[in-house]
Amino acid sequence: MAKKIMAVDDSATIRQVLSFTLQGAGFEVIEAEDGQAALEKLANDPPDMLITDLNMPRMDGIQLIREVRQSSWGKFIPILMLTTESQEAKKQEGKAAGASAWLVKPFKPEQLLAIINVVLL
Amino acid sequence: MTMDQYAETFREETLELLSELEVGLLELEQNPEDVDVIGRVFRALHTVKGSAGMIGFDEISRFTHEVETVFELVRSGGLPVTGELVNLTLAARDIIREMLDKNLAGESADTEIAEQLVAALRGLVPTQDDFSANGVAETAELIASGDNETSFHIRFRPPANIFHRGIQPLGLLQELTRLGSCKVIAQTDAIPGLDELDPELCYLYWDIILTTEHDEDRIRDVFIFVEDDCELKILPINEDLLAQSGEGGRLGDILVQHGDLSRDDLERVLQAQNKPKLGEALVQAGVVTGAQLDVALEVQAEVKRQKQKREAVEESSSIRVRSEKLDSLVDLIGELVTVQARLSQTTAGQDDPVLNEIAEEVERLTWEMRDHILNIRMLPIGTTFSRFQRLVRDLSQELGKEAVLVTAGAETELDKTVIDRLGDPLVHLIRNSIDHGLESPEARRKAGKPEQGTIFLSASHSGANVILEVRDDGGGINRDAIRDRARSRGLLTSEMETSEAELINLIFSPGFSTVGEVSSVSGRGVGMDVVKQAIDSLRGTITVTSAAGKGTTFTIKLPLTLAIIDGLLVQVAGEKFVLPLSAVEECIELSRQDVANANNRNLIKVRGEIVPYLRLRERFSLNGTPPEIEQVVIAEAMGQRVGFAVDHVIGEHQTVIKALGQMYRNVKGLSGATILGDGTVALILDLPPLVQDAEADERILTDSIH
Repeated sequence: MAKKIMAVDDSATIRQVLSFTLQGAGFEVIEAEDGQAALEKLANDPPDMLITDLNMPRMDGIQLIREVRQSSWGKFIPILMLTTESQEAKKQEGKAAGASAWLVKPFKPEQLLAIINVVLL
Repeated sequence: MTMDQYAETFREETLELLSELEVGLLELEQNPEDVDVIGRVFRALHTVKGSAGMIGFDEISRFTHEVETVFELVRSGGLPVTGELVNLTLAARDIIREMLDKNLAGESADTEIAEQLVAALRGLVPTQDDFSANGVAETAELIASGDNETSFHIRFRPPANIFHRGIQPLGLLQELTRLGSCKVIAQTDAIPGLDELDPELCYLYWDIILTTEHDEDRIRDVFIFVEDDCELKILPINEDLLAQSGEGGRLGDILVQHGDLSRDDLERVLQAQNKPKLGEALVQAGVVTGAQLDVALEVQAEVKRQKQKREAVEESSSIRVRSEKLDSLVDLIGELVTVQARLSQTTAGQDDPVLNEIAEEVERLTWEMRDHILNIRMLPIGTTFSRFQRLVRDLSQELGKEAVLVTAGAETELDKTVIDRLGDPLVHLIRNSIDHGLESPEARRKAGKPEQGTIFLSASHSGANVILEVRDDGGGINRDAIRDRARSRGLLTSEMETSEAELINLIFSPGFSTVGEVSSVSGRGVGMDVVKQAIDSLRGTITVTSAAGKGTTFTIKLPLTLAIIDGLLVQVAGEKFVLPLSAVEECIELSRQDVANANNRNLIKVRGEIVPYLRLRERFSLNGTPPEIEQVVIAEAMGQRVGFAVDHVIGEHQTVIKALGQMYRNVKGLSGATILGDGTVALILDLPPLVQDAEADERILTDSIH
């Protein structure tokens, strides 16, 4: 069965890029536009991996990561956070919250898949 | 300088490159995506084009340029390697070969075929839009960095809470294996007892030996998400370690360098050590764990491999010399060996210590020089193997069979003359294996075998001999067909009893062929007897074994060199003869009483076994009476033990073989002559024909009695 990846970002363009790239690589993708929406969708249907933006309305990425790590199903799943060049402090915060890896926007599809290749077995 | 002076060099170089090209293309057929091979094919074409253009063979240069252009595209990832491309390029290779011959002879080649081929090749090239520039750049980068591998020792100790960050160490290790060839050793010494163990923490750490064309930064990239929290050491395994000691870096030093062992502990164990193996002693002393030792041993092995590789690279620098020059060198050293033997013999009789010393020095140098010169003529037999790939491919297509050639021992070295003269017999054996040996694909399927038959061609050293094997996994030799054929040809009479081995070896008899109609492949009017003759002329032997339904094996045993043999010097009626030492098993005495006990028949008992012998005195009609006690040299000829009765055995003798010349070409039983230390000539015996002749005489004798 195809592995399921949840892609969380408030930008529809980024979500589309993620979906398109991941589906092309054979993954099943669930989209969410922020942390709150993600958690709502996740509870019934936990994914194999989470990709999340950091700066989002309602619930940001850091909080989402913390929530997932404290959940019964999300303790060990790979979490990839999407950052931008200027977010070094955020990156450290995300790592502390339990993010597995990070990827700086803008990224190339190959870069995304290469990271997934390492973290998602 | 005129162009003619370059022509010969160009010819040799191009022939070499063309065969490289052929080998490469056939490899590509199997592994179409092998970047190394594509690179090799491209370089071969590129070099042919370049040198042809340089010395004014524009026709070759222009044509090769077209082929090269296509392969440039392949190399940059713009065109896949297909069967069609391989076929066309093989055809192009043949055209270049033809152009080469024609142009060298001052003629021009058939341009029409060349043009057609160029058109066909161009047809394979897609238009510019079909491939992205992106892909081109990436593949090119891959090729550029090839051939340049480094080894690293990586120690990776993840943070204990790595699982809580959703990272699996396995993923990182797998990523490493994608970078190159990789050995991973897990270290388990940090795992606590069960009562203290937290299943959510990671206690393992890893040592990885990675050989890769990437650099350290690329390796670090793999660990980028854990780098800040983990222990990560990346040590190149390189010349520094090599420099530390001769044999791949000392074990203790490696362990200390990795921080697994303190210098003090090492010194302590070294001092207390009374066993030969330091590693075991260290583990017993409890200063390192078994797994740490494994890592150090692995590093040591890697250092050793690098050293060997470097040496191999250094060795391969070479110069090109005409083989005639080598031949005359061998002739000269032959003369020198003879003169030196005379010198030693002369000085030995004189009580002059100074002269003796000089003679001994000359002897030492002569032998050394002889070994070196013979060594120069040694070539790896693989150069002939490669042309058979094409043969097998073409033949199996022609005959509607599926066959693949598997070779082994291509690095086995053999005298150049031997290799040159082996080509035809091997071609014939391989033709034979495909034509008669392998069954049709349908028959193979019915017999429960894979449809594709396999021809094995292998070479290996065995003492002073080289053993070549041509083996197929076909149906085996039909023994009944051989028996019938042999009877109809009069090679076998109905009352003659033959062993299994004798029977199938009858296929080497003159005029033997089991397939009724002559096929264009194995036929051509020659049979196995021609192969045997060729092998005989190389002073080799050929035998065949076969298992019904499983296949047939031809085994060729050849001397390493033709120029010099180890011989056993014997004397009969004042004449000296040399027997090839490789065939000699032992020497035993034969008294008059023994002869009487055997009722004057030429049979001798060797440790319970009856061995027939022949008297050289009788065979060569030499005068005089044999001594009271004769010597019988027991030798192996025609697959059996045969004795040769002589007056005296003088001893071992290194023999430089001289051909006997036209006059004696048809004399059977002599393979040449040699000049002894005292200047006299000794004949070198060729044992199998001697035995054959004696057997034939015996048969005539018994027939006439019947």
